[in-house]
Amino acid sequence: MRALHVRRGRVLDPASNTDRELDVVLSEGRIVALGAGLAAPAGAEEIDARGMLVVPGLIDLHAHLREPGEEYKEDIASASASAAAGGFAAVCAMPNTTPVNDTRAVTELILERARAVAGVRVYPIGAITRGLEGQALSEMAELREAGCVAVSDDGKCVASAGLMRRALEYARTFGLPVIQHAEDPTLSLGGSMNESVSSTRAGLRGQPHEAESTIVARDIALVERTGARYHVAHVSTQASVWLVREAKRRGLPVTCEVTPHHLTLTDEACLGYDTLTKCNPPLREAADVEALREALADGTIDAVATDHAPHTPVEKDLEFDHAASGIVGFETALPLVLALVASSRLTLAQAIERLTAGPARVLGLPGGTLAAGAPADVTIVDLERAFTPRADTLRSKSKNSPFLGRAFCGRAMLTIVGGTIVFDGRAEPAA
Amino acid sequence: MTARAFPHRHLLGIAQLSRDDIVTVLDLAETFIEISERPIKRVPTLRGRTVINLFMEPSTRTRMSFEIAGKRLSADVVTLSASGSSADKGETLIDTARNLEAMRPDAIVLRHASSGAPQMLARWLERAIVNAGDGQHEHPTQALLDCLTIRKRKGRFEDLVVTIVGDVAHSRVARSNILALGKLGARVRVAAPRTLLPAGIETLGVEVYDALAPALEGADVVMALRLQKERMTAGLLPNTREYSRTFGLSARKLAAAKPDAIVMHPGPINRGVEIEPDVADGPRSVILEQVTHGVAVRMAVLYLLVGPSPAEGAAAGA
Repeated sequence: MRALHVRRGRVLDPASNTDRELDVVLSEGRIVALGAGLAAPAGAEEIDARGMLVVPGLIDLHAHLREPGEEYKEDIASASASAAAGGFAAVCAMPNTTPVNDTRAVTELILERARAVAGVRVYPIGAITRGLEGQALSEMAELREAGCVAVSDDGKCVASAGLMRRALEYARTFGLPVIQHAEDPTLSLGGSMNESVSSTRAGLRGQPHEAESTIVARDIALVERTGARYHVAHVSTQASVWLVREAKRRGLPVTCEVTPHHLTLTDEACLGYDTLTKCNPPLREAADVEALREALADGTIDAVATDHAPHTPVEKDLEFDHAASGIVGFETALPLVLALVASSRLTLAQAIERLTAGPARVLGLPGGTLAAGAPADVTIVDLERAFTPRADTLRSKSKNSPFLGRAFCGRAMLTIVGGTIVFDGRAEPAA
Repeated sequence: MTARAFPHRHLLGIAQLSRDDIVTVLDLAETFIEISERPIKRVPTLRGRTVINLFMEPSTRTRMSFEIAGKRLSADVVTLSASGSSADKGETLIDTARNLEAMRPDAIVLRHASSGAPQMLARWLERAIVNAGDGQHEHPTQALLDCLTIRKRKGRFEDLVVTIVGDVAHSRVARSNILALGKLGARVRVAAPRTLLPAGIETLGVEVYDALAPALEGADVVMALRLQKERMTAGLLPNTREYSRTFGLSARKLAAAKPDAIVMHPGPINRGVEIEPDVADGPRSVILEQVTHGVAVRMAVLYLLVGPSPAEGAAAGA
């Protein structure tokens, strides 16, 4: 493998408080040197990063890669290409595949496929309960040994308080964080959007935001007893943010993530019955969006995670209440977060931290920093680059994004994983 | 007929209509009432036009009302009743709709259990789409016929107090009426147990009441909504007995309304649940008038959407 010499970029590494023009040298899968005017190692490929931002490879805590089982929507190869094009060097794969990733064999299959694709790093997340059925605990020791980095029943909530208590205790035994999809099904009742005056206008069944926050409150009480590492997936409400902030203040091992779409859109986007706006948790109200942005800036929210959820027109070109929930997110996440920087809701350092060191810390993953000795995962970003995502340019097999056609400024130009370039957008025309 | 000033290709909901649009429909409908009183109840206005009634949710009165409306205007009317969601049936709504469009109808009248289904059809197809009730969203022709009935009885909308009683949360009739009556200048009250009121209803310009008596005080129009049995199984109410005791319309409770107050119901009625038989059949009831006006309103809607353009009318020497 040739060494890479990334020259004269603005190196922004929140983990080491670095923000200045530096060279970065990558060799043998590691970052070997960081400094001004470094000499190029013999035979190194030079990457001219002048005018660009050089950051740790982005890490996504929450994605649905659809393999095994739903390869017509996405597979590990297409997901990897899509993630790399979005600047992600690593993605966590949720277990709601077919079969469910609740056994060593499925975890191994996913890792085997990821190795064959040789794109971005794939970290499998195992199921909390067998078959995601919310009944019996999965074999967490085996899942951990096979390579799972956390457990989650994502897509479904562990609704039973008793089961959740045991899941937290058991997962703690093996050092596995527990990621909760917080949604009390007796409150959400399968509602297809947020419950508010917008759902009243649209005549769509809504889920109240308390469906999320009551579970977060309950789980935090259980964390207090069990001491387990608990992470709330895709927080979407003001009350959830308050609860997590208070739990952190009390020193509990609680973290959370937010999606770019919950930071950007409100439930009014659903008024036209565009099923591309249907997601779960649903888009919420302006006060929630405001609270999420504040919480992302103040660190209550540890990470931006995409909840990349590919669906085809087969699932989306249906009546709103029958359409599948989900939005593809890899290729629009960074531009959407940079838009918050442009509108002064976040500093650039905060934005990058929540996409790198933040998610790495949540699950204890390698990477997320450009310190010498760290994995050679690097993303090079052009903050000035005009970018308009379109169905025909998305790498994902699925095109279910409400952001198609939106004009962005800033995108990933180069994604490097373990010292290998897995995405190179430098030759692409700006669009 | 005067040149029509109705700037819409579809009738998807009251939300898209202006006050003037609503008045246009009501004025035209009023002239159509007379056609139904003739011995020969048919005019040639829509001769050669094809209207497909696509009813994907059970309906008797609305389906027949649209059929009769089309026929009285000499349109070729075809009705397709298919119950169940598209998903159950195996063919998606978009495929059904595209097949129907390939037969070149002029209008598709859609009744569907999913809110927003007519909007989706309007996005996909070139035909005029008429919403005959979508999920819990809107039922615009019902609101228009209700408004026509109110106008004929009361002569105006300004300062009228209209009290809507019952399951507003699940009622497309209530949503369309709240929008229409608001645009026409009436004061709308809603009265229901809190389990049957949707989120943020007070921001839609209505006054919310927890009790029936004060909501009926001084009302000019009282509109009862149908109570579905599912509301009991979903745990929103204990039983129909308590509902009828607290929110059912009885002659005694109606004494609080104005002496000339009228009582309306979109049908079908549950006698003894949301309305007592003596009220439904009593002198205040205009329930059957609503049904009569339904035909006239639907004639007006079809005429405005697919009737001859002014140019066409002139060429035919009409």
